[in-house]
Amino acid sequence: MIEILRTYGTLLLIGSYPEGPLGGLALTLILSVLGVGLAFPLSIVLALCRISAYAVLRVPATAIVYLVRGVPLIMLVFWSYYLVPVLIGRTVSAMSTLVVTLVVYQAAYMAEIVRAGIEALPNGQTEAARSLGLGYARTLQAVILPQALFNMLPSLLSQFISTVKETSLGYVISVQELTFAANEVNSSLLIRPFEVYLILSLTYFAVCLLLTRAAHLLETAILRRRAGRSTTHAYATHDQVQPG
Amino acid sequence: MNVFSFLTPDHVAVLARGLSFTAAITIASWLLAMGLGMALAILNESGGRVARGVVAAFIAYQRNIPVVAHLLLWYFGVPALLPKPVQSWINVHNGELISVIAIGLCLAAYFCEDIRSGFRSIPATQHEAARALGLSFLQSMRWVVVPQALRIALPALVNHTVLLFKTTALAMAIGVAELTYVVRELENQTFRTFEAYSVATVVYLMISLALMGAGAMLARRYRIPAR
Repeated sequence: MIEILRTYGTLLLIGSYPEGPLGGLALTLILSVLGVGLAFPLSIVLALCRISAYAVLRVPATAIVYLVRGVPLIMLVFWSYYLVPVLIGRTVSAMSTLVVTLVVYQAAYMAEIVRAGIEALPNGQTEAARSLGLGYARTLQAVILPQALFNMLPSLLSQFISTVKETSLGYVISVQELTFAANEVNSSLLIRPFEVYLILSLTYFAVCLLLTRAAHLLETAILRRRAGRSTTHAYATHDQVQPG
Repeated sequence: MNVFSFLTPDHVAVLARGLSFTAAITIASWLLAMGLGMALAILNESGGRVARGVVAAFIAYQRNIPVVAHLLLWYFGVPALLPKPVQSWINVHNGELISVIAIGLCLAAYFCEDIRSGFRSIPATQHEAARALGLSFLQSMRWVVVPQALRIALPALVNHTVLLFKTTALAMAIGVAELTYVVRELENQTFRTFEAYSVATVVYLMISLALMGAGAMLARRYRIPAR
């Protein structure tokens, strides 16, 4: 196992960079950050539509959330592989395809977290803000979202962990992330598949375990801070990581 | 782009075969996940330090590694460790068996967590009262604690059942001819991408929604009135 790491360690970490494209674990992390980072604003919009008073916004947003959550991620990957070039009129890289898919998928899941976060706040918050003369947008921006998003931080971190695992689907459409890199290592070694895929598994394990610990710490810190000043019931949980 | 003209008898037969594989893998891995998840949750409840450590390690291992990596390790890695005759026996029906093992073990960790949080919400006095009435540990689990814990865990279990069903699509990565795999094949043969993907999407969506609906019904049926 040590020799494999010595020979192929850099391939697993950064792919063939700097001679070739960036890959391996570095690309896995970049894909996850892009996926969650871009999905986050979209999820807030989706969540606001989900709880909107207007059916024109509520119904399509609800349909999107259910559609995305009811279909396997790999099916969505194939859809974007086919649809994105048709929609924008030129071919796109496998990496962009994967990012688009992750953004759509995570936006739907995170929208439900944001919605729950907003709904967990007492109504009095909105009512007080509105009676102080703040409009809808100001109420959201200055009163509701700062509280809701703060309470949701651990859940959002666990979505990030799910996303790290979901990037492994890049392997199916040949994005050169960690799983793809491990597969390359395996095809050049051929005789030691167990070691190679054990290294792959343990790498994901180390990264995700660290992030899980971080989510735990964040959650305790937030609960402690809220215990001092607020009576809203605990909503956030780290137990939302999904199999990716 | 006519979905109905795509559904010729031949294509429907291919899709039905794929769907039957998806269903078989879903059911088999669900049984494995539920059985093992329940066993581990009870072990965790009953056991000492060592048992709890083993359960925690299993859960951490399964939950922090993507299903694709589990599948690849089980498909390419584990058979290489086995003796030759066993290897050739596995090669006859490997993909299906291995996807059931990999997905079942992974989701067992999630089911176990769901059941454990169910256990946590049952007051310890329930168990103590059952023991005081003369039930053994397993009897008090079977008749008092588990029935209540399962009802509380039900919504989470339903969510993870839907996830398990969707996860079976990943078995295509190791060549199992389930629904996603056969849809890709049909798309390759006919170049009717939109129709092929639409059919698969509708089938997946309908089954997911049906599972969610059935779960909501069960939750209503088995709700604990006092809670």
